[in-house]
Amino acid sequence: MTIMKPSREVGIAGYGAYLPRYRLPGSEVSRVWSEGEDESPVVEKAVAGLDEDAVTMAIEAARNAIARAGIRPQQLRAVWVGSESKPYAVKPSGTIVAQAIGATPNVTAADWEFACKAGTETMQASFALVGSGMGDYALAIGADTAQGRPNDALEYTAASGGAAYVIGPRENSLAYLEGSYSFVSDTPDFYRRAHEHYPRHGGRFTGDPAYFHHVEGAARHLMEELGYTAKDYAQAVLHQPNPKFPARAAKSLGFTPAQIETGLLVGRVGNTYAGSSILGLTAVLDEASPGDRILLVSFGSGAGSDAFSFVVTDLITERRRKAPATATYLARRREVDYAVYARYRNKLLMH
Amino acid sequence: MHIPRQWRTRDQRLSLMGEVCPKCGVKLFPPRDVCPECSGPAKEPFALSGRGAVYSYSTVYHAPEGYESYVPYTVALVRLEEGPMVTAQLTDVDKEQVAIGMPVEMVTRKIAEDGEDGAILYGYKFRPALEAGAAC
Repeated sequence: MTIMKPSREVGIAGYGAYLPRYRLPGSEVSRVWSEGEDESPVVEKAVAGLDEDAVTMAIEAARNAIARAGIRPQQLRAVWVGSESKPYAVKPSGTIVAQAIGATPNVTAADWEFACKAGTETMQASFALVGSGMGDYALAIGADTAQGRPNDALEYTAASGGAAYVIGPRENSLAYLEGSYSFVSDTPDFYRRAHEHYPRHGGRFTGDPAYFHHVEGAARHLMEELGYTAKDYAQAVLHQPNPKFPARAAKSLGFTPAQIETGLLVGRVGNTYAGSSILGLTAVLDEASPGDRILLVSFGSGAGSDAFSFVVTDLITERRRKAPATATYLARRREVDYAVYARYRNKLLMH
Repeated sequence: MHIPRQWRTRDQRLSLMGEVCPKCGVKLFPPRDVCPECSGPAKEPFALSGRGAVYSYSTVYHAPEGYESYVPYTVALVRLEEGPMVTAQLTDVDKEQVAIGMPVEMVTRKIAEDGEDGAILYGYKFRPALEAGAAC
């Protein structure tokens, strides 16, 4: 057995989404760099405002997750933030978030990095912490203000947003964990060297050996070992760097378009990196019914995937009302043009 | 803001942590040593909800040093539902949308940065209140 399942039953006690207010239409990027010739893979992407970063987005997502879980922040034994856009190179984002939500000082706090799957890494670790009995609750967060190099294909999609999960014992969970699985290999599909502002990527190489190999490998293995097929799932959420990749992977795994539709947000928010798949899961939980089985599969360049199988409980109906729905954040939008985007994302040299 | 002051005021800045007077029950923000209502000692921490309404406001076009990159921005007096009046920036709102009485809620945001290599100051701002549960 290579899937993971803690000896103590665990699950998601609360979840919270965050999306910033600003949106950059893909047509703006195309207008500036290709006179409108290139087609954007997304309608628009979410853009952080001037006063936002991965820490401020993590704080709001965390407050939403705690409100839904109905716990006191002092009950948390871990506050873990997964991000590739940490505001400080050295100084934990986790301590700022922990202080802001009132979880200090009896808590471990740290930052995690694994490109786009840093968010689900914090979930795996939180399941382990709660599952081992070291603590009753842990806060797992993925949040990013992703940067795409101007005139790079990633500029259409590199977006800002995040999600947070209070992980707790099964008896206080709105969705309990059936099992999880992690699948990694050394694959240099995308990277950013220290002190560099923008990442580099392997173009088409990011598809088959990276995204599809890991996402499909992780999902297949977890479902096989749990004895499930795609038909057993109400919804699946796969990492979504663009709309095409998760659609192709889902089809290959046997899922229908309707099974991935609810959590497929990339066309309207872009790729929120560490927040991407787990933000999709918040949209699914907003609409899920008790008994629904949900598959979550992340992907992080470098490369690897985490896969999780959840079953929604009766607690979902009451808890989802306790914080703003993901649809509320999606509807809260103000379009900006490329010039304002360049200002907000610090792409202008001020000298 | 100097590092020691940033550290000393972290709870009130990051999470709007105020005080409640143990003698007369009034809620206070920012925290202080003496209750301005009854002159008793005030030292019990009290987490304010962050919900309130705009009492008055003004838009800043010529910002003080350290805030220039955010202009134009709106500063408001916010009457919190527990009673205290707080001065803070509004965020995630166009200045034309701001009105007296507008319901707002606290969010933690970047306030200022001490240059490219200095500390980032986080603190409270207010934005138009989002409704919990509803998909607007």
